[in-house]
Amino acid sequence: MKINREVLDKIAHLSRLEFDEKDAEKMMQDMTAIVDWVEKLKEVDTEGVEPLTTMSHEINVLREDEIKEHLSHERALQNAPQKDADYFRVPKVLE
Amino acid sequence: MSKSLRNKYTLVIGLEVHAQLLTESKIYTPDSTAYGSQPNTNLSVITLAHPGTLPLLNKKVVEFAIRMGIACRCAISRLNIFDRKNYFYPDLPKGYQLTQDRTPICKGGFVTITTSTGERDVKLNRIHIEEDAGKSIHLENESDTLVDFNRAGVALIEIVSEPDLRSSEEAASFLTEVRKLVRYLEICDGNMEEGSLRCDANVSVMPAGSSLYGKKVEVKNMNSIRNVQRAIEHEFDRQIALLEKGEVVISETRTFNADNGKTYGMRTKEELNDYRYFPDPDLSPLEISDKWLSSIQASMPILPRALALKYEQEYGLPKYDALVLTDTKDVATYFESVSKHTSNYKAASNWVMGPVKSYLNETGLNAHEFPLLPQRIAEIITLIDQGKISYTVASQRVFPDLLSNPAKTALEVAHHLNVIQESNQDSILPIVEQVMKEFPLKVEEYKNGKKGIMSMFMGEVMKRSKGKADPKVATQLLTKKLEEV
Repeated sequence: MKINREVLDKIAHLSRLEFDEKDAEKMMQDMTAIVDWVEKLKEVDTEGVEPLTTMSHEINVLREDEIKEHLSHERALQNAPQKDADYFRVPKVLE
Repeated sequence: MSKSLRNKYTLVIGLEVHAQLLTESKIYTPDSTAYGSQPNTNLSVITLAHPGTLPLLNKKVVEFAIRMGIACRCAISRLNIFDRKNYFYPDLPKGYQLTQDRTPICKGGFVTITTSTGERDVKLNRIHIEEDAGKSIHLENESDTLVDFNRAGVALIEIVSEPDLRSSEEAASFLTEVRKLVRYLEICDGNMEEGSLRCDANVSVMPAGSSLYGKKVEVKNMNSIRNVQRAIEHEFDRQIALLEKGEVVISETRTFNADNGKTYGMRTKEELNDYRYFPDPDLSPLEISDKWLSSIQASMPILPRALALKYEQEYGLPKYDALVLTDTKDVATYFESVSKHTSNYKAASNWVMGPVKSYLNETGLNAHEFPLLPQRIAEIITLIDQGKISYTVASQRVFPDLLSNPAKTALEVAHHLNVIQESNQDSILPIVEQVMKEFPLKVEEYKNGKKGIMSMFMGEVMKRSKGKADPKVATQLLTKKLEEV
């Protein structure tokens, strides 16, 4: 499968990422190579095999409905690039 | 919009209802779900999606979702997996929402609605489990958007109907029923204003008689059942107007403005969504065993429609009474308690629907906070049935006085107010005889066929007994004595 410019732009939008125009060609090549590599998996005969949804054999790993220790407000906000006393701050979303 | 123009089209509505579950902790993390906490205080590293953290499913969420599924006659998925719904938005810390795409915990099912045209089952598509997002706060004079993650990770069920609703009235009834169900099941408080119950409406129109759905518009931001109804009405007219002009309806998300009742398109760039669902590898698959399912089934409370039916069949109440009484579990419980102390169920119903509910409406109290014990209402009913007080005296004097003296019995209050009726013939008879003796001319008129004069005799008897004579007994005695003359 060839990643064209349209797909590249769509992926950039979905990821909310910007890229340098001069890298576009290289990125399309790289992504095409990645997808082609994954496509190799299609060569395996999976007739009658259920899709794998988890690597673990465990089922029903559940917790009771109990409140446990919280992060303090200060620690919760500690790593935020932008914040004030109460909130995480992000670039304005609505115009 | 003219009615004839509307009749040319069929309105098609599907609703997506999000109900915040009343669990103590969040769906995948042990953070508190308390509403109204200080911003960003109910958080953990898992909620904030710090690297290396893993979610762990809250058992109660599963049980609450299944309760709703049983109430809606859904098929329960025995094997569940969770999926990632990928999108970037600042209030979604992980960059994906953990939801159920391929294996919703409840499939199919129905919600029974009642409208002016009767009762019918509305088809459900599914009910699935997912997490809520945080809250973005957009302030006008701020250059940034503020984010509070307290709500992020709060457990939700999403109830998705089929495009099976055909009018705004049906949509409103559907929502009313869903709200009643989640409240009876005690899985959600159903508060639309605080956003614990939220509704998005998918609205489209098609030419009447067609079976091919038109392009649908998703309407958001309606915080009451009334507003859902208004938004749908507005969309109906807007979409018809477009089609009549030869234009097309654009499939988009629109937001409802409650101030003017109109909907507005949201920015289309946000619309280029492609959620790229895939199974979440962090959560273990969830298996619902027969045993687990039966234990949830066994814990189901009686549901409003079953309760209403019981009131009709066992208590012989009219359908209307049964529906009003079962509107909230609280009122139904109070009514049942009154009914334990009296067998006059219709009177119990009238008292609960009338004076009790009016008092609750005026004071804003819930039925379980009503100051009078249920047996007080039953006592009032008994006093009326025994002819000791009239309904008027009971509702205007005894009931208000009891409310101020809830520790007294109805009989004590009636005695204290001196309103016990004289239903003893021996004490009323002398008054009747006295009145007849004083008005011989009137007695003559009565005998000559002027039966209407009875009310004048009654008035005299009541006046002399200071209003305490039981009117029924007094009428009987008067009629008897007059006929004897």
